[in-house]
Amino acid sequence: MSLIEIKDVDFLYREQENKALSGVNLSIEKGEFISIIGSNGSGKSTLAKLLNVLLVPTKGQVFVDGFDSSDPENVWKIRQKVGMVFQNPDNQLVATTVEDDVAFGPENLALPSDQIRERVDKSLEMVGMGGYQSHPPHELSGGQKQRIAIAGIIAMLPDCVVLDEPTAMLDPMGRKEVLKTIKYLNEEEGITVILITHFMEETIFSDRIVVMDGGEIKEIDKPAKIFQNIELIKNAGLDVPVAVQMANELRSSGLNLPEVMDIEELVNALC
Amino acid sequence: MLKDITIGQYIPGDSFIHKLDARIKIIITIIMITVLFLIDSFIGFGLFLLFVIGVMVISKLPVKRVLNGLKPVFFLIIITLFLHMFLTRGGEVIWEWGFLRIEEEGLFTGLFMVGRILLLIMFTSLLTLTTSPLQLTDGIEYLLKPLARFGVPAGELAMMMTIALRFIPTLMEEAEKIMKAQKARGADFESGNIIERAKSLVPLLVPLFISAFRRADELALAMESRCYQGGTNRTRLNELELRRSDIYALIGVIIIAVLLSFR
Repeated sequence: MSLIEIKDVDFLYREQENKALSGVNLSIEKGEFISIIGSNGSGKSTLAKLLNVLLVPTKGQVFVDGFDSSDPENVWKIRQKVGMVFQNPDNQLVATTVEDDVAFGPENLALPSDQIRERVDKSLEMVGMGGYQSHPPHELSGGQKQRIAIAGIIAMLPDCVVLDEPTAMLDPMGRKEVLKTIKYLNEEEGITVILITHFMEETIFSDRIVVMDGGEIKEIDKPAKIFQNIELIKNAGLDVPVAVQMANELRSSGLNLPEVMDIEELVNALC
Repeated sequence: MLKDITIGQYIPGDSFIHKLDARIKIIITIIMITVLFLIDSFIGFGLFLLFVIGVMVISKLPVKRVLNGLKPVFFLIIITLFLHMFLTRGGEVIWEWGFLRIEEEGLFTGLFMVGRILLLIMFTSLLTLTTSPLQLTDGIEYLLKPLARFGVPAGELAMMMTIALRFIPTLMEEAEKIMKAQKARGADFESGNIIERAKSLVPLLVPLFISAFRRADELALAMESRCYQGGTNRTRLNELELRRSDIYALIGVIIIAVLLSFR
């Protein structure tokens, strides 16, 4: 069985007429790196919140590691398995020092303090923030804060990390740091990653991309395939990456180019 | 401008007083405040002052910082003194002018009250000056734990204090940003009398409150998704540990307290 199984899910927010999600089917395997892209209001954040029971589907079912999310008994089990990182790094850090913040999750799991210490130090090492244990969070940069938030999730030893537009509020430096961390966690630590974003550029490392629009899944495919489908990207209200756009134009004016996904590949193909 | 405001007044250090367990320090403070209200002679106050100075010396705190803590209560002290001097009656008349009259009893009660307030503030500020807000919160949580049986939400209270401490700098930064934005649109925070100035703060406070509520909302989501289920059944990264020196300090203070109050 897959790690996450979403079966025919509808979701309707109270006091709203249109469904935020309708007929969503998706299964995610252990160790995968999935990107979910879509414009504002496409339902991608709602989908994320279904994965760790912040929301329960109006219709259909979500299974995490076999646990049904609609059963209240499973709520805390699922939340420990699926960690969630939010957009604003400031609004998810709870403690006055980095180590206390990372310890927050394990403390909630009622682990003994020597185990918490071990996990805190290891998680900080993994996100490249070792040595920042006693820093107050408000003195860190946005990218650093977001990596602390990721460490706080990793310390709970989840099977899967869901990141809901983790880079939307960061500067280019911070964005790079966070993406590098995400990639490392997936490739080296084997953690399943679900990255929700509206930046196409951030999805090139993923195994599969899920394109959402109007509460429905429009397409699920490998990045190379999705990136070539310019019509699909445009219809979903997203910006086509410059390199892809350029390659496309060059191709239509007669140049023979392989498929490219970012500037680097385009440069290599051209020179 | 807003950045100058410090959270608490903790001065880091590694003196004996700094290293004392926060719980012990809170208990000691409570004991000594009680003693302060039992003392009824100037000699008693003098001895208490000696004790305070002793602690100050051991903790290697700059005297100026301790005395700074007295500034905000200056008016309170003056008013207390005058009220007692002119209103409390009894004993010989010391001074008289028109309807104003100072009697012996009034002067003494006034001076006692002033002595109490001064020493109270000096002593309690020793606690906040030598204990980090984090330790203080932990200490309060531990001390309130036995009351959980009677429905006191010790864990939740401690969590609230921690979050408040965490968000003070963030909200400060935000207030400053909003202030700049409003200034750029012609808001004036600096001129006018006190009422006008208070009024000019409204366009600062409204957005600040709205954003604070939004933050609270998001924070609650983030905490829930990190398995926060209320204050019970949580463990701590750094558990407080009583050492032998903590016990000695507590015993020492109890002896001093008994001597001071039953002298």
